[in-house]
Amino acid sequence: MIRLTLRQFRTQAWIAAAALAAIATTFLVTRPPLSNMYSASGIAACQASNDCGRLAASFIIQVRADAAYPVLYAAGVLIMFLVPAIIGMFWGAPLIARELEDRTYRLAWTQSVTRTRWLAVKLGLLGLAAMAITGLFSLIITWWASPLDRAATLGSPILANRMMPLLFAGHGIVPIGYAAFAFALGATAGALIGRTVPAMAVTIVIFAAVQLIMPNFVRPHLIPAAHTTVAVSAGDANWVAVGNGLLITGKAAIPGAWIFSESGHVYTGPAIQILKTCYNGPTSTPACGSAFASLHAQMLLAYQPASRYWPLQAYETAITLALALALAGICFWKIRRRLG
Amino acid sequence: MNIIQTIGLGKAYGRTWALRDCTLAIPEGHVVGLVGPNGAGKTTLLGLATGLLAPTCGTITVLGERPAAGSAQLAQVGFVAQDTSVYARMTVADHLRLGAWLNPGWDGELARRRIGELGLDPKQRAGSLSGGQRAQLALTLAMAKRPGLLILDEPVASLDPLARREFLRGLMETVAERGLSVVLSSHLIGDLERVCDYLIVLVASRVRIAGEVSELLAAHRRLSGPRRDLRTLPAGQEVVEESHTDRQTVLLIRTGEPVNDPAWTVTPVSLEDLVLAYMSQANDTPARRSPLGVAS
Repeated sequence: MIRLTLRQFRTQAWIAAAALAAIATTFLVTRPPLSNMYSASGIAACQASNDCGRLAASFIIQVRADAAYPVLYAAGVLIMFLVPAIIGMFWGAPLIARELEDRTYRLAWTQSVTRTRWLAVKLGLLGLAAMAITGLFSLIITWWASPLDRAATLGSPILANRMMPLLFAGHGIVPIGYAAFAFALGATAGALIGRTVPAMAVTIVIFAAVQLIMPNFVRPHLIPAAHTTVAVSAGDANWVAVGNGLLITGKAAIPGAWIFSESGHVYTGPAIQILKTCYNGPTSTPACGSAFASLHAQMLLAYQPASRYWPLQAYETAITLALALALAGICFWKIRRRLG
Repeated sequence: MNIIQTIGLGKAYGRTWALRDCTLAIPEGHVVGLVGPNGAGKTTLLGLATGLLAPTCGTITVLGERPAAGSAQLAQVGFVAQDTSVYARMTVADHLRLGAWLNPGWDGELARRRIGELGLDPKQRAGSLSGGQRAQLALTLAMAKRPGLLILDEPVASLDPLARREFLRGLMETVAERGLSVVLSSHLIGDLERVCDYLIVLVASRVRIAGEVSELLAAHRRLSGPRRDLRTLPAGQEVVEESHTDRQTVLLIRTGEPVNDPAWTVTPVSLEDLVLAYMSQANDTPARRSPLGVAS
């Protein structure tokens, strides 16, 4: 059964190997100059001089000025989102759907191998292959991006750091979990729908939906959020009228953290009457400035600090793997029941 | 032992019954023809027998076990599906490898010999084979796993007359050589007449009659004579088919007794006539009768 699985998987395996080789070459070749740039930036020793924020910022400005690096960084993240999606569509969806569609299941399931074993070998072997190849992709791309990720984590507000929703699932171990999930999703969609192309469409739609649901509704709560109160600086303040008062918010940055909720307070009182006339913000006149300063305006942040990057990666990987196992369970149930 | 035994077997798709009230006991050592019009439920019955389908009600055992109960049961049943499913993009040699990988009892020598005799190119992709060659490849796979029972669903339907004869000849050679039991279906009795010695007629998802061909032929008579009221027939004579003109009545009856009524001219029936008579009952609901050859 293992040999048959490998034989039927040959084409996809070659395509995957070629893609991995091409991408690995691109990232391996472009990495050494980036390393040199990082070494020259002095970030490695910044803790001693307590100058990390500035050095990281100047390193990132330098990187962004380059023609290739920003593109490669973004491409790396994009690849890590696409690899699981492609695996789900082109490995997962046809796995069972093609057998049903071409009606070859009648040959496959009447050999001396039970249907359960047939499915177990297929799902197990190719699921592991999906995780392994995604792991290799992620290893190369995460390694390539590590100088940039380190600099961004050290406190450059000008670049999104790896905790943020668009980047989180693009590096580290989470893509491995998503690959397993997408593969099982494709296989399950194929088993339930019985036709390859509709199964591929359903796979990509559900996978995209999960990629939206995770960062918005699940990831912030995987570990109870950290909260902190920060002062709103006069230069960053914004407000809107709420009843008699003003809801004052500002900008916040915590090095390396993912801030997902910023809530201001509604202030009332005499100073507010003055502020309401300051159409150009608190710094427009000295009177405005002192009225703003008298409020000691603050806002409350909910965030996940940089130190939780790997715990969050581990939790999300565990969740996606659990989803993959649940989907595999549906496949087994369907295959034992479906019959023609 | 019975190769296939069913009790009250039924399969419904939604509210439509593809097969119902099917009670059969097919003894081993026969070449069983399963005949019925298209859509009668033949593929459903064979699907249930191979375990590809699960019954809605009733029970079925094949070679004493639930179909597809385990690898040992699967190994005992060779199956050639309708339209002979093979992997279009895999070569003939790949299919033989597949058979060897998935069947512990694989007879590689038999498989290679058959492929050689058939003149199939091992390097050719199965998708580019002709219908007849594909059927032969599928039959080779089913035979080389050395089953005790071979099930073939409409194996010759898509073949031209020559390929049909070649296919059945190859099948009968192996049957004679190995003494295995065979069940094969067709919507044409003509395909099966020469090869089968046991017959099941399936019409409108019900078994109309089942039994050994010789017993079936012995139990049916064609009667012709002056027109008469069927209510005057003796109790032991069951009318399968009737036709009347103003003056004449022609009947096909089933009876265990000799027909002594001098008014009738009694002639034996051919297998084809017999099957057609049962098949033409498709639209009426015949009185419940227990098919011949059913163990009670």
